[in-house]
Amino acid sequence: MKNYFEIENLKVDYKTYEGEKNVLDLEHFVLEKGKTFGLVGESGAGKSVLAQTILGILSRPPGIIKSGKILFDGEDLLSKSEKELRRIRGKRISMIFQDPMSTLNPVFTVGTQITRVIRQNQGVNKKEAFKRAVEKIELVKISDAADIMEAYPHELSGGQRQRIIIAIALSCDAELLIADEPTRNLDVTIQAGILKLIAKLQKELNVSVLFIANNLGLASATCDHLAMLHEGKIIEKGTTKEVLHNPRHPYTKAFIEAIPKDKNHKIHLEQIAKNNGTSLNSAGCPNINLCLETEEKCQEHIPMLKQFQGTHWVACHRVQENKEVNL
Amino acid sequence: MRIFIIKRLLLGVMVLFGVIFITFVIVRIIPSDPATQWVGPRATQEQLEAARIELGLNDPFFVQFGNFVTDLFQGKMGKSLRSHQPVFKELKTFLPATLELVILSTFIGVILGLYLGVVSASRKDQWVDHLCRFFSVSTVSIPAFWIGLLLQFVFYGILDWLPLGERLSMRVKLFQEIPDITGMLLFDSLITWNMVVFWDALKHIILPGFVMALFPIGLVARMTRSALLEILNEDYIKAARSYGLSERIVMWSYALKNSLGPTATVVTLAIGFTLVNTFLVESIFSWPGIGNYIATAVIVLDYPAIMGVTIFSACSYVFLNLAADLIIALDPRVRT
Amino acid sequence: MIHQAISWQTVAPRIKDLRETVYLLNRNKLTKAAILIIYALIFIAIFSPWLAPHPTHIMLDTNPQDKLLPPSTEYWFGTDELGRDIFSRVLYGTRISLQTGLLAVGISLLIGIPLGAIAGASEWYVDESIMRITDIFLSFPGLLMAIAIAAILGPSLQNAIFAISISWWPWYTRIVRGQAISLKERQFVKAAQAIGTPHLKIIFKHIIPNCVAPVIVQASMDIGGVILTIAALSFLGLGAQPPTPEWGLMIATSRTYFLSAWWYSFFPGMAILVTVLVFNLLGDGLREVLDPKTRKK
Repeated sequence: MKNYFEIENLKVDYKTYEGEKNVLDLEHFVLEKGKTFGLVGESGAGKSVLAQTILGILSRPPGIIKSGKILFDGEDLLSKSEKELRRIRGKRISMIFQDPMSTLNPVFTVGTQITRVIRQNQGVNKKEAFKRAVEKIELVKISDAADIMEAYPHELSGGQRQRIIIAIALSCDAELLIADEPTRNLDVTIQAGILKLIAKLQKELNVSVLFIANNLGLASATCDHLAMLHEGKIIEKGTTKEVLHNPRHPYTKAFIEAIPKDKNHKIHLEQIAKNNGTSLNSAGCPNINLCLETEEKCQEHIPMLKQFQGTHWVACHRVQENKEVNL
Repeated sequence: MRIFIIKRLLLGVMVLFGVIFITFVIVRIIPSDPATQWVGPRATQEQLEAARIELGLNDPFFVQFGNFVTDLFQGKMGKSLRSHQPVFKELKTFLPATLELVILSTFIGVILGLYLGVVSASRKDQWVDHLCRFFSVSTVSIPAFWIGLLLQFVFYGILDWLPLGERLSMRVKLFQEIPDITGMLLFDSLITWNMVVFWDALKHIILPGFVMALFPIGLVARMTRSALLEILNEDYIKAARSYGLSERIVMWSYALKNSLGPTATVVTLAIGFTLVNTFLVESIFSWPGIGNYIATAVIVLDYPAIMGVTIFSACSYVFLNLAADLIIALDPRVRT
Repeated sequence: MIHQAISWQTVAPRIKDLRETVYLLNRNKLTKAAILIIYALIFIAIFSPWLAPHPTHIMLDTNPQDKLLPPSTEYWFGTDELGRDIFSRVLYGTRISLQTGLLAVGISLLIGIPLGAIAGASEWYVDESIMRITDIFLSFPGLLMAIAIAAILGPSLQNAIFAISISWWPWYTRIVRGQAISLKERQFVKAAQAIGTPHLKIIFKHIIPNCVAPVIVQASMDIGGVILTIAALSFLGLGAQPPTPEWGLMIATSRTYFLSAWWYSFFPGMAILVTVLVFNLLGDGLREVLDPKTRKK
């Protein structure tokens, strides 16, 4: 059975004048149709790079795709020409961007931008596009939708802009939605509304969602499956229940523990901070600082992502030898 | 928005005043005696004195300046020392020729430059880009007077396809009735459907127009290219692409509109440089415009004429800058 | 002492960048070629009296029997109406153009940079007054101001240089002012203020050195523009006077003869074109390299 969305051996590097740094190294990644997949990691872990690479809008330079395949419905996106990609973008895959201020064109009204996208992807005339645009804006809970259409991006509040970005992405009516931290600057109540909206889309229209977040709680509330991304590599993945209730990888454990619960709760934040920014070319597992006990293997080889139990995969030497990992 | 316009206008007026003042000061420090120029070298002492009084040279400085400014507002710029004609009238006679040349060449130059800039930016680092960039740098480095001469040599001297200079040939001037509505021959002859005059005028304007358009083409192409390159790196362009928008819309609508601000400034600069280039080009092609007027005025030190042209050019510059600022204000971010 | 140390901290990285800058500059083939040609021009400028095959033709001698000869093995660029070797004169013209170009730009920098720094770093009323004056001078197109001044003071190369400097400085003032405004909020300036450094000293020791980069780019491109303007002025009769072998002047004198003696106009003009072109290319290359946005490639 062909997988709906599958990434194989994707390696992406960034060119700096100190050399090439690897920012993404995914051995295997599968997204099933109609399901929500959460990708969780800190800022700089490579989440946005992945999103942009899928759509083929990564800036190259400085980004370089070294190898790999991104199979969407059986076809490799990386081998497609710009023209072919353009037919897929918007219509079949659309993206909710992270930073609404820089992703909205400052010299056009918000209305123009939405209707443009609608007309491009749904081929309707101006009047019809206007109607649909207003619908979408109301869908993301912005009041006075018709007035907002006349506004320029800098005239709106941060939260409104964020919701407009979501509206634009939704107006594409794509089958795969990539949501790059879509609720970052929103109030909690609106956040909940948006998440419900995405869940509705998934159930009613069978839209597949790749949900990118740095907030584990948020991701776990919306997604069926989770993957933890650390410095470009997936170090643990499985169903949400598996990863949340039975985390195996030290990084995952530290991440979960970092969610403050009460004042007696010990937080390993410093350890996580120390854990990042390891030098470009060191061998061995980059998470080595997190663990109490380590093996020789941990110093020499980077652990591969291997199956642990059923759909639960972990990239850790000690876990793969069925040993306990303590922070 | 209104406040912005008013502020800019006031600023413009202030600058204008400063310009007039400085021009006045500069020209009044001339060593040569205007009175002598006025009456000629063989004048008697009384005639010189009479001339001095007539020209107001004995009045104290600020009185002279005051008279000067009031005269200016009435459109009186004094009389040319050479022709004894009012400078203002002479400017009016020569202005249309220059306007025609400047408008035509800047218009073509800007459009070609924009197109070149977009092509260059969209095919960055390919051979098309390198070619365009070299072309743009070259055109702003060419001395206008030199290329004018060379073109005359080739197209008149060798090929005899185009005339040497002036706006119309002798034959046409003698035997045709020249339409004179705006003073701009191409426009006037088109309106009155006088094709003989039109073709003749066209043949005469090709070379000077081409030479004048070179600089704007290069300038606008370079600025458009660099502005576009910056814009194309912006996130909203990536986002627009991700929504599936066609490359044509992304480049010519989304990207270009963002570059209007710096482009407007550049166009103003271009017009400014073109204005200055007219002095050179007009003298090469014997084009009867303001440039030629000042070129001859300068040689004989006809100070009212020089002053008239200087003030006129400087004022146009101020207005041009004002226009550029207003265009920049079209960017919605500036308005609030 | 302290403020010197702090200020050096911000300037010093630039020097480390210098080696990288030179490396990056060389990567662009066009820029590299331009730099090489500039070296050649400087060489010619310095050694032209020795390089010229007919050095006496440069200013002194006339040679009426050889007048208006087309290019040949003896006279590579042909001769002018006084029989002088155009090649030698064009060679020497390099010295004149480079000298005047550097001088005019130098004077403009001397006027423009301090004014801009003072404007940007001082109180609003100082800023406003300086900028209004700058605006007024900016309203005079360069050539026009030069024409007016040269006409008034008399046509000569020195007056032309003076005229150009007066019309050029406002551009630098604008650039520097913009830089100064953002710089004056920086830590090291505040630190210097805190220990009581006099205002002018802050401007000259801290602010100006850090504004230099964009000005350098602009100035190197302007050398080309200035050379062009001086040639234009000489062409109009307001700059160099005969028998100076200035390129623009040579083209002016060639007008009477050019229909039959094309070489007289062609070679001096070509010299102008090449010189201005390489300086523009240099400026372009510098801009690409020094602008932090385009640098990261």
